Amino acid sequence: MKNTPLTLVAAVCAVGVFSGAAMANPVAPGAVAFDEDGAVAISLTGVAGDAVNGAKIMRTKSLGNCISCHEVTALAEFPFHGEIGPNLDSTGDNRNAAEIRGILTNSKNTFPGTMMPAYYKVDGFIRPGNRYTGKAPEGPLDPLLSAQQIEDVVAFLLTLK
Amino acid sequence: MNKLTSTNTLVALALAGGVVFGGAALADVDGVLTINGELEIVTKTTPPAHLADNLDEIVSGWVYRAAETQELQMDDFDNPGMLFVDIAQDDWGTVEGTEGKSCATCHDNVEDSMAGVRAVYPKWNDEAEEVRTLAMQINSCRTERMGAEPLKITKGKMARMEALISVQSRGMPMNVAIDGPVQAMWEQGKEMYYTRTGQLELSCANCHEDSYGLHIRSDFLSQGQTNGFPVYRLKNAKLTTAHGRFKGCVRDTRAETYKPGSAAFNALELYVASRGNGLSVEGPSVRN
Repeated sequence: MKNTPLTLVAAVCAVGVFSGAAMANPVAPGAVAFDEDGAVAISLTGVAGDAVNGAKIMRTKSLGNCISCHEVTALAEFPFHGEIGPNLDSTGDNRNAAEIRGILTNSKNTFPGTMMPAYYKVDGFIRPGNRYTGKAPEGPLDPLLSAQQIEDVVAFLLTLK
Repeated sequence: MNKLTSTNTLVALALAGGVVFGGAALADVDGVLTINGELEIVTKTTPPAHLADNLDEIVSGWVYRAAETQELQMDDFDNPGMLFVDIAQDDWGTVEGTEGKSCATCHDNVEDSMAGVRAVYPKWNDEAEEVRTLAMQINSCRTERMGAEPLKITKGKMARMEALISVQSRGMPMNVAIDGPVQAMWEQGKEMYYTRTGQLELSCANCHEDSYGLHIRSDFLSQGQTNGFPVYRLKNAKLTTAHGRFKGCVRDTRAETYKPGSAAFNALELYVASRGNGLSVEGPSVRN
């Protein structure tokens, strides 16, 4: 088997990348447990969120693009902020991590009928597409944000006080 | 000249400093649209009866555009869409197809024969027993009377023919029928309007009924009215058809779009057009 050395390398890499206990099993989008108010108590990854990266996700169009709809004074240097959703300046005072995680994962469990997209959901859509191509998806959908990206945004929003 | 320059600089500075949250558009939402100093356009009016419970007012997309974009539509010499109307005027008299006919062969002077047409489309066609959009009617003429190839639904030649026909109704109120034989298709279009599609789960109504007049990033959301179509869009410097725009909107919900010219988009066009009943025909309008 000529491929054996490569296969071995790949296996070693995989172990290397995912060997952290927490990273091994992020909660799958379909397995997230919401409470009756739409909150999600348990971290999706078990790894503490990185607030700096969370801020970057919020302002980056190809990632969370949160400021498209929400005004956030802490991100004022990155125009333009929308006014569709509420101002998030006091989120850290008004919401705990579980509530924020639930809203990011699927806000419709917290606010029925809200316009806000669900950032950690992969099925149950009508005419889902392949990203922004307008074409049918080629395989299973990825969530809009990864489990760790959700945790990073939770960490950033908790700093807004 | 220097004075003008410094004024512009001041405006630019004011813009840079003042609109971090408010978005880029400085729309004159109280502006009045008069074209060529004489043709008054109704850009705000009471909604048609079927929308009375949903909206207090129906508003043309012109109202939500930046002042300099609004101004481009006030004079036909400034409106880039009118260049395409001129080209379509030539198309109108050009013989095409196996029957040796042009549009003018049957319809003579476009200014007379097409006055009022755009205001009532999409419209039931008794003979064909179907709802026809303006694009469908144009292609029916081409294939059945002229023996010519149909025009591609969202391409430039179709868009400019729609513009030529639309401009003959400019200033007339949109008056699309929604009952009788068109009702079933109208209901289908209405259901589409309120269906949340794609991975972002957004319906037309989320942005254009529930959130018009608000900024999403730097874009100032309008009611998504179609009375101005075809529109000259500054961002791509050409005429855009209603179906072309619908496709872009649905795509931006991270959905698989419907096809321009499909029965689904025809139904949506009928329904959305009816939401503008009472607004003036503006095509070709100017938007960003």
